[in-house]
Amino acid sequence: MGQQLLNGIFLGSIYALFAVGYTLVFGVLDILNLAHQAVFMVGAFLALTLVATAGLPFWAAMGAAMLATALLGIVLERVAFRPLRGRADSNFSGLISSLAAASVLEAVALQLWGPDVSRFPLGTFPDRVLRVGPAVVSLLQLTIVALSVCLMLALTLTLQRTRLGRQIRAVAESPRAAQVLGVPVNRVIALSFALSSALGGAAGVLFGLAFNSISPDVGRTVELKGLAVIILGGMGSVPGAVLAAYLLGLLEVFTTAELGSSYRDAVAFAVLFGVLVFRPRGLLGGAAVRTS
Amino acid sequence: MESFLATYASVFQFMLLNGLLALSVYATLCCGQLSLANAGFMCIGAFASAVLTQRASAPFPLALAAGALVPALLAVPLGFPVLRLRGVFLAIATIGFGEMVRVFFVNWDYTNGALGLVAIPQHTTTLLLVASVAAVTFFFARLRGSRIGYALEALREDEPAASTLGIDPARYKLAMFVLGAAIAGLAGALEAHLTFMVAPSGYGFGRAVDMLVWAVVGGISRVGGPLLGAFFLTALPEALRAAGHAVGLAPGPLRMGVNGLILLAVVLFLPNGLVAAPAAVRALLRRRKART
Repeated sequence: MGQQLLNGIFLGSIYALFAVGYTLVFGVLDILNLAHQAVFMVGAFLALTLVATAGLPFWAAMGAAMLATALLGIVLERVAFRPLRGRADSNFSGLISSLAAASVLEAVALQLWGPDVSRFPLGTFPDRVLRVGPAVVSLLQLTIVALSVCLMLALTLTLQRTRLGRQIRAVAESPRAAQVLGVPVNRVIALSFALSSALGGAAGVLFGLAFNSISPDVGRTVELKGLAVIILGGMGSVPGAVLAAYLLGLLEVFTTAELGSSYRDAVAFAVLFGVLVFRPRGLLGGAAVRTS
Repeated sequence: MESFLATYASVFQFMLLNGLLALSVYATLCCGQLSLANAGFMCIGAFASAVLTQRASAPFPLALAAGALVPALLAVPLGFPVLRLRGVFLAIATIGFGEMVRVFFVNWDYTNGALGLVAIPQHTTTLLLVASVAAVTFFFARLRGSRIGYALEALREDEPAASTLGIDPARYKLAMFVLGAAIAGLAGALEAHLTFMVAPSGYGFGRAVDMLVWAVVGGISRVGGPLLGAFFLTALPEALRAAGHAVGLAPGPLRMGVNGLILLAVVLFLPNGLVAAPAAVRALLRRRKART
């Protein structure tokens, strides 16, 4: 029981790191960025390449990957989202546009790294195991949970305590009002994308390390789980996403333990469906319709 | 000529099949609903018809009818809660539905779980495919000019305004949702009896996205739009094969990358799809002339 709890927290941390970036962009732009999972995948591959071919230590590789994915996020915003901003159907076209960007990124990854599963080389991370009562947890798992929590705390502090955070929240509330108040809306949106993508990239690196399996389509399953998480948590709510991610992680782990692993994926989608039918705004979401 | 037909006959058949699928998405898009459930409905239709043919030795027309009717019947209770949702929430709910269908079939022993059904007799002929596409296209073409067609268009443009005109959104949306499910199910049944096999993995999120992309790239302002999109994007990989060799890119990444770039270009520059390209070019020329 305790072991399952720890496993659930571990899984939840990774989901949370991924979902937080997802929901941030949705809160700011009202667009579901389906390219987030491609950024997640690229982050994992970049870190892998830095560790395997350039011999960088894990910390440096992760930091560099996060920087690179942040830049990628800025490019994505500029190319695929900004031109669509004025349009009436912008959330629909934004969705399609992000889908297109994800395809292109996946194609590039396929060309550069091939379709096979890649792994971090042995020795990237020390292979130690600790005992917490009757349960067993590896140093890797602890580190991943700690890193995820730190990154999420950093994001929350940024959003709540810094000027940029206030500007992001203002734009999320109403871009027009923010612009009138002198907030540089374009720059703030670009920076939100940078933050979101950096976190997505970090999630990718940690996922790759945790499950030791990186391939160009690694983003696909996580994307759908991430969707369930942000719906459950409430679209646009960062604390909601974190709460929902841990809940889903625990739910999945306990479902696997009781019913077997083939039903694990069904749980996320059943939750997704249930939330949308009975409580579309999720656990901590705000009003469903946003005023312009 | 003979060898050309022999080589490309199956491409032609898939162009027709994909055209049918694109039309099934068009059914929901033309009243403003972004539904990604049709891959799930296709899966249900395919399995329903395959089971009838294989286990009950039913005649092919009966299997086809079941392939269309079973998803349509399921779409009715599904539609009630789901069609209340707006925009991206509807899209996400339908994605969830599609995944739940896939997981259900993966776990159902009656249909061999993940392996699916094989050795399904090949009853589908090119003529049958042409007839199906022609029939559905004719139906939609007639629908467009009728009062129902105008009602649907009104719903797509502005649902609250349309409802003040006495158009009941719930009834029309449900009808088109069920119609889309029937067409997708029919396509699933046809495909099952073309490719000898049905497996749950072939009807996932990627398939649903493909269908949406064909309809969007083609454009939904004309009935021919989704067909154009499906034909173009199905035939393109074949045309690209030779080009890919020349440039030194592997066919898989090249196809995905080009699809993504085309989709991005269409969303950014041709928002009404390829079928509206002549009108867009004319508008551009007019603007150029007005400026001089």
